[in-house]
Amino acid sequence: MTETFLYLIQQLINGLTIGSTYALIAIGYTMVYGIIGMINFAHGEIYMIGSYITFIVIAGLLGMGMVSLPIILIIALIVAVIIASTYGWTVERVAYRPLRGTNRLIPLISAIGMSIFLQNYVVLAQGSRDVALPPQISGGWTFGDPSVFEVSFSYMQALIWVVTFVAMTALTLFISRSRMGRACRACSEDLGMTNLLGIDTNRTIALTFIIGAALAAVAGLLLGLYYGVVNPFVGFIAGLKAFTAAVLGGIGSIPGAVLGGLILGVTEALTSAYFPSEYKDVVSFGLLVLILLFRPSGLLGKPEVEKV
Amino acid sequence: MQNSKFLSAIFAAGVTFVLACLMLGVKLNTEGTTLQVEGASTEQWTWIGLGIAVVFLSQLFSAQIDAFFSGLPKPQLAKVLPEASVMARLKPWLLAALIVGMLVWPFMVSRGSVDLATLTLIYIMLGLGLNIVVGLAGLLDLGFVAFYAVGAYTYALLSMYFGLSFWICLPLAAALAALFGFILGFPVLRLRGDYLAIVTLGFGEIIRILLNNWTAVTGGPNGISGIAKPTLFGLEFTRRAKEEGAMTFHEFFGISYSSSYKVIFLYLIAVVLVIFVIYLINRLMRMPIGRAWEALREDEIACRSLGLNRTAIKLSAFTIGASTAGFAGSFFAARQGFISPESFIFIESAIILAIVVLGGMGSQIGVILAAIVMTILPELAREFSEYRMLLFGLLMVIMMRWRPEGLVPMKRPHLELKQ
Repeated sequence: MTETFLYLIQQLINGLTIGSTYALIAIGYTMVYGIIGMINFAHGEIYMIGSYITFIVIAGLLGMGMVSLPIILIIALIVAVIIASTYGWTVERVAYRPLRGTNRLIPLISAIGMSIFLQNYVVLAQGSRDVALPPQISGGWTFGDPSVFEVSFSYMQALIWVVTFVAMTALTLFISRSRMGRACRACSEDLGMTNLLGIDTNRTIALTFIIGAALAAVAGLLLGLYYGVVNPFVGFIAGLKAFTAAVLGGIGSIPGAVLGGLILGVTEALTSAYFPSEYKDVVSFGLLVLILLFRPSGLLGKPEVEKV
Repeated sequence: MQNSKFLSAIFAAGVTFVLACLMLGVKLNTEGTTLQVEGASTEQWTWIGLGIAVVFLSQLFSAQIDAFFSGLPKPQLAKVLPEASVMARLKPWLLAALIVGMLVWPFMVSRGSVDLATLTLIYIMLGLGLNIVVGLAGLLDLGFVAFYAVGAYTYALLSMYFGLSFWICLPLAAALAALFGFILGFPVLRLRGDYLAIVTLGFGEIIRILLNNWTAVTGGPNGISGIAKPTLFGLEFTRRAKEEGAMTFHEFFGISYSSSYKVIFLYLIAVVLVIFVIYLINRLMRMPIGRAWEALREDEIACRSLGLNRTAIKLSAFTIGASTAGFAGSFFAARQGFISPESFIFIESAIILAIVVLGGMGSQIGVILAAIVMTILPELAREFSEYRMLLFGLLMVIMMRWRPEGLVPMKRPHLELKQ
């Protein structure tokens, strides 16, 4: 085992960790796009709010003297999911639903407005400075020869992998087995026809926003704990990355979003390992442009046929 | 019916409470290394309660509120303005009066307001440029600030390294920005519209990151300072000429030195540039290419079946819009004398987009009015500056909901045959 190889393994572990959280956020974009064909710009902001709620709940429970970490994390997860879903639902209800059926640009601009609004709302409510949470989960496993290069896989990274996997499995089962999941799939096939067949499409669309926001909140919790820092501006760049992941995998396709997220995470980790880390954003957007050039429908997406 | 209304009002109030309880009701606070939460003051909770009550009542009485608003008479712009034939006769005189007014005005007011007017004119230029891309051609460009940055840095770098003057750099900056627009647009414009938004957004970020990190050339986050000011046929507006033997403006005309000459001169350059841009866009709109932009915005498939080359048409709109931003950028660099990547963040793109949207997509008068409102309002409401961006976002949502066509909707220049 040479040093370069072990170094590569380490970068892959880091990349897959970040990539799986991108995938969680990307699902929100891809589901909404699959059904109503709009980019939900405020989605990154929902992730940021999820992170804030997590920090508030953890700090609050620790302050009350609770010590059991698993219970704290579970409570934080539940509260963050509930509140972020409420934000997701409200954004859809206030800013997107009244605009359905208008020119494509109009909901998009409304979404940008919503994103700016939410970002500055958090600035006003919680201040614009970084908020740091001391690491809650420390330790991990190490592999390899300490004298050459030691690969570390922390418990936090393991938690991210496990939670992401569980969330993805739950989502897949929900979409493929449940009645509401079937309604979601029907809506993304043909919204008008689904409506004619007696399914409340408004409710289904609201549901996709809620699911997307819930997954974004899960990502917010995981990344918040992983980085230990949050500020009101993290949502913008994370949203951008997640959208890139969604496009990469083929927008509208849920497995595509996961694949795209993982690829993007690994690409970023490798870029920052072998080049100055400032350029990782440049590389990921460059990747987006290349994918759009050579395979506009993404890796797993279906090519779209324009109809009159 | 009444009952379901009551339930939905309770539901809305409950949602508002969930939204507000942790984000507004609790504040994170760092004490040393530990993170603490503190509850909001009673006053803040009163406000939250008030907000919930407002949501509850507005849901409960939504029917009455809607009836009240639809009962209000809508402002009729058409009735205020004189009739079309009278307007046509008056128009050249009004325009002439406006231009004369703009040229005379700076000599009568304070330096600060002239400076503000110059800034407004920069935003008007940017708004007009983006208006071609978003308003006329219907391409959502979220990285417009990138071309603005290209223009600004072109002038700053050329002037710093090669000592080129503003007047030589102005067309060069526009050309370079157009080239960037061309290079970016060529691959991307063949794609569907929504992707364009995200790619341009990414491009804006890339340009900013490059400017920030290419320290050897651009100075990195410190930016470039001491950028030369424009000259009037080689006459400088400083107290003393930089080079031996060169004349300054006040020496040449034999008047005493005043720093406000420079400000007024910059303002006048901006006025000339804006008039040039407006004239150019007006001509373009009447040309086949301008009509093709709008046709493409309305129905892409129809355009293609009529044999229009959509890539070429979109690319021309994108490139011309970018060159306008390049113009504005190099003028901005000359006016500030200092630029850094901080001036070219995403929010700047969003502000320009808000100007276009607020004014009415495609409408030039609307964009100009919106640019004036958007730059002067924040100056007037300085004490609310922390709420500025919040209101900005809110305004964009509200405009899209109630008046998506903007303050002054676009009207095509057209003639009607009277029967």
